[in-house]
Amino acid sequence: MSLEVCIKKTYKDFSLDVSFGTASKRIGILGASGSGKSLTLKSTAGLVRPDEGSIVFDDVVLFDRKTKTDIKPQKRNVGYLFQDYALFPDMTVEENIRAAFRGRKKAGRQGNDEDVESILKKYGLLHARSRLPKDLSGGEKQRTALARMLACDPGLLLLDEPFSAMDAHLREGMRLKLAGILEEYDRTFILVSHDRDEIYQLCDYLVLMQEGKVIAKGRTEEVFAHPGTVASARLTGCKNISRIEIINDHRVRAIDWNGIELATGEKTGGDITHIGIRAHDLHASDSGENVISCGSAAVSKLPFEWYVTLENGLWWKVSRGLGDNERFQIPEHLIVPPEKILLLKN
Amino acid sequence: MDLYPLYNSIRIALISTGIIFVLGIAAACLVVKLPRVLKGILDCIFTLPLVLPPTVVGYLLLRVLGPKRPAGAWFLRIFDAKLTMTWYSAIFATSVVIFPLMYRTARGAFEAYDENLTLAGQTLGLGRPYIFFRITLPCCRAGIIAGTVLAFARALGEYGATTMIAGYTPGRTATISTTVYQLWRTDNDALALRWVLINIAISAVVLLAINIFERKKSR
Repeated sequence: MSLEVCIKKTYKDFSLDVSFGTASKRIGILGASGSGKSLTLKSTAGLVRPDEGSIVFDDVVLFDRKTKTDIKPQKRNVGYLFQDYALFPDMTVEENIRAAFRGRKKAGRQGNDEDVESILKKYGLLHARSRLPKDLSGGEKQRTALARMLACDPGLLLLDEPFSAMDAHLREGMRLKLAGILEEYDRTFILVSHDRDEIYQLCDYLVLMQEGKVIAKGRTEEVFAHPGTVASARLTGCKNISRIEIINDHRVRAIDWNGIELATGEKTGGDITHIGIRAHDLHASDSGENVISCGSAAVSKLPFEWYVTLENGLWWKVSRGLGDNERFQIPEHLIVPPEKILLLKN
Repeated sequence: MDLYPLYNSIRIALISTGIIFVLGIAAACLVVKLPRVLKGILDCIFTLPLVLPPTVVGYLLLRVLGPKRPAGAWFLRIFDAKLTMTWYSAIFATSVVIFPLMYRTARGAFEAYDENLTLAGQTLGLGRPYIFFRITLPCCRAGIIAGTVLAFARALGEYGATTMIAGYTPGRTATISTTVYQLWRTDNDALALRWVLINIAISAVVLLAINIFERKKSR
């Protein structure tokens, strides 16, 4: 069980250079839009042909420039969930699913009426079977796309921003549902997203991408805990990043936060140029290491969080109850434990 | 009243629309997939008949299809039939003139088509012909039908190129448009008016059909 992707492709104004390999079955690619994540997915599916490199899944060579191997997308046995689902607009839900069975006919997996019936039932689509995609709700559309993709038992699933076309209030519920379906199906998948919560929740191997390049990869927990670079820290959601002057092995001055001095857990080194502090890692306290004065802080209210911007520019997030309408009391000092300070390279 | 011009016009319009339906869609399919420069050149060539005076089209056709010209002479030798001054000569004229209408509307439809649907079909293992006929074409249906109807209406009204390549022979090459001109020229005003009204009626029905279709599409 493993996937190895190592590909390059050059366009006039963009170049893709991706390489990762893992035995994990739950792979995530996190990146901003335009970072090349969808292109990586399309290359894996055979919808885009890379200029160089190879793609190997479970010892099957899907693509290899050197040996001129390039299995057609029809034969790769991968399932692809498109961002906007790409349901065939002139076919009903049932016909969409039948089309998938038809596509796998040559592989000896033609579905009979019973198969179609059981899939419709499994994904809760019996009531909508003769509706056209335009008459479906967001959830039904996604279920139809999932059912169509999984109908023919693909070995590798490629999920391209599966929740981006969905209203925010449905997203979290659907995420849990998808997690359940993926768990049950138990095949390797690559989930592409710009939402770090989604990736963190569903994937245990993570590839971070920026401008066509891989900037970090590894176990999801590990990448979030030690992003290593400024770009990775930003992508994993670190709100506070400052340039530093190194004072000694465990002490730095944060240039962008009014020059406050902070102790670090890890040893600083020559190529460390920045530090990061996650907005949740600050706590109200007057004593301890790394005491930071709040000064005249600004507060803004979100449904379940206070966003506090300190005088020196640091962001602090505090949970709040919805009914909690009292004015937020800004403490005089915050602390941040030295081991929570991320050391970053540029 | 001799209804031959009506019959002949409709026959010519139907046949040329049928030919151009296939050619226009094929050309549109080809052009949308081409790289930019080649696309620009081909698009220009394919659209040219739309802006050229029909007489220029007629002249060029005569240069190719005339009995002493290469294609015309070859056809005469093989089939012992002329390509000009017969009822079917007008098919060449109308086909060239309506080609850009079909091509451009079909191209617009293909450009608006969501390419991901084709990609989705491929990952599901579906072959290219199935994807084209069962997914792509139905998606572009509205544009293609509108183009077809427009092309048919234009074919019905073609005059300039037709008169040059098919002439006007009553009962043989006469179409509605050439008949109107002939009747007016010979001072047969009453009959000319009749044909004018018939022509307006047909064109109005066709355009109405387009509008109804467009409305359905936009809903």
